[in-house]
Amino acid sequence: MKYMLIMRATDDAKKAYKEMDFNEVITKMGQYNEQLIKAGVLLAGDGLSDDVETTGFVVDFSSTPPAVTDGPYGETHELFNGFWIIQVNSKEEAAEWASRCPLGPGSKLEVRRVTDESDFAGFEDNEYLQKEVEWRKAAENA
Amino acid sequence: MDGISARVDAVWRIESARIVATLAKMTGDVGAAEDLAQDALVEALRQWPRDGVPENPGAWLTAVAKRRAIDQWRRKERLDDRYRAMASTLDESADDAWEPIDDDVLRLVFTACHPVLSREAQVALTLRTVAGLSTEEIARLYFVPVATVQQRIVRAKKTISAARVPFDTPEPSEWKERLAGVLSVIYLVFTEGYAATSGTDWIRTDLANEALRLGRMVASLLPREPEVHALVALMELQAARFPSRTRADGTPILLTEQDRTRWDRAQILRGRAALARADALGSGRGPYALQAAIAEVHALAPTPEETDWPRIVLLYEALGRLAPNPVVELNRAAAVAMATGPATALQIVDELVEQGALRGSHLLPGVRGELLGQLGRTDEAISELQSAAALAGNERERDVLLEKAARLRASGIRDGDAAARRDAAE
Repeated sequence: MKYMLIMRATDDAKKAYKEMDFNEVITKMGQYNEQLIKAGVLLAGDGLSDDVETTGFVVDFSSTPPAVTDGPYGETHELFNGFWIIQVNSKEEAAEWASRCPLGPGSKLEVRRVTDESDFAGFEDNEYLQKEVEWRKAAENA
Repeated sequence: MDGISARVDAVWRIESARIVATLAKMTGDVGAAEDLAQDALVEALRQWPRDGVPENPGAWLTAVAKRRAIDQWRRKERLDDRYRAMASTLDESADDAWEPIDDDVLRLVFTACHPVLSREAQVALTLRTVAGLSTEEIARLYFVPVATVQQRIVRAKKTISAARVPFDTPEPSEWKERLAGVLSVIYLVFTEGYAATSGTDWIRTDLANEALRLGRMVASLLPREPEVHALVALMELQAARFPSRTRADGTPILLTEQDRTRWDRAQILRGRAALARADALGSGRGPYALQAAIAEVHALAPTPEETDWPRIVLLYEALGRLAPNPVVELNRAAAVAMATGPATALQIVDELVEQGALRGSHLLPGVRGELLGQLGRTDEAISELQSAAALAGNERERDVLLEKAARLRASGIRDGDAAARRDAAE
């Protein structure tokens, strides 16, 4: 199963980061990533720019067409600022990896299972699953 | 308690290779190392619920296992200077000082796949120690009783000890062959998951994921070996098709009939990146790289019709030159059928029949049946497909072959059942 580790930082964490040696921060994070790679579990990962004021925006689907605004990003201002997707065997293994992430106070990891085919069982009537069945029939009758 | 045992499993999963490697380096014996690690796990199940999980659980397990080793040596009254020195370094080693060395993990990989072991034993020992699976998990993946897995591992450990297999990487003169051995163990795990040779499950994704994980591990240990990256590429590209390979009832959907929109694009990208890494090392393409390149051609074709079949034919020709093999020949025939038509392809297949190749396998009559069907030789085609079905070990494959025969029978002479012709190309 795949899990996504979603990194969230509060304003406190961002302040704390500013006082840290950035070189040390990226070294520690690099070592963590290396561990994930060596264990063969890392599938994807990226950081998101915290320059939300100029490069980030929000698309709100409360109205039609959806409204594009500069924010807000949520009441607590816990900014989603990076993620990893890992392939593991259990929730506990995901938790074990997540807890090894070199983050400090104010930072959180939200860990979520990535959906797979089993999540769509019972939806065989869906257009896209149907499409496949029809395509198959067409191929058979060709 | 269940929570703790799941936690112990998770730690084992992450740390086993490094723990066993460290202990094997110390004792010189992988079997003894795995026994010691096992005892440490039992100790963890006893202590962690009471004292909490230590901050560095891998180091804790290693330290406990080391202490056990030294106790054993003491009991055996074999405490000479060497062991005394070990005992003192052990006392100094605080939990955080545990720095396992990649080279030791690599030694573990080569020892678990040592040619003195049977393939079955290599697979069991690799999954247990390198991939860090519990015996229960291995049993579940292979549909065998837990006792069978335990037995395989015990026997493997005994064989290694009895043969005095050194805990080391191979000599340069043996390197190529031994590395090929490691890669074939990993690919065997993958193919067992990809298309089960027996039983009713067409795909066992979990097993394929284990193989991928092992492949990525070994690739990070041997970044200069192109075939390791190529194997990862091959597995990623093939696994990318998993979501579209079966229908809801579990019957297989053949390559040309799959809904390509369901192929895992991220996985295809990972596969292509791995193949590019292999190519960038610049020592030419080996067998895994050529197979990965074939899988890449399929992955890049938006529809079966747009597949670059002539390129696939060339890649199979190169593969056949590198590692002559009747299965490769048969696949080449299937690709030739797509590139230039069934008549030329049938010549290749008939040559294989004359050579007596692949006797007892369903593959040859299966492809031959397809080609004959396309050529309008319906009776011969049906008879070949039926012999193929009788030889198929997998129920799903048998069903597919019988279905094809039934379709031919129902429609009389069929010309250009293009879909059926292409199936064989995978």
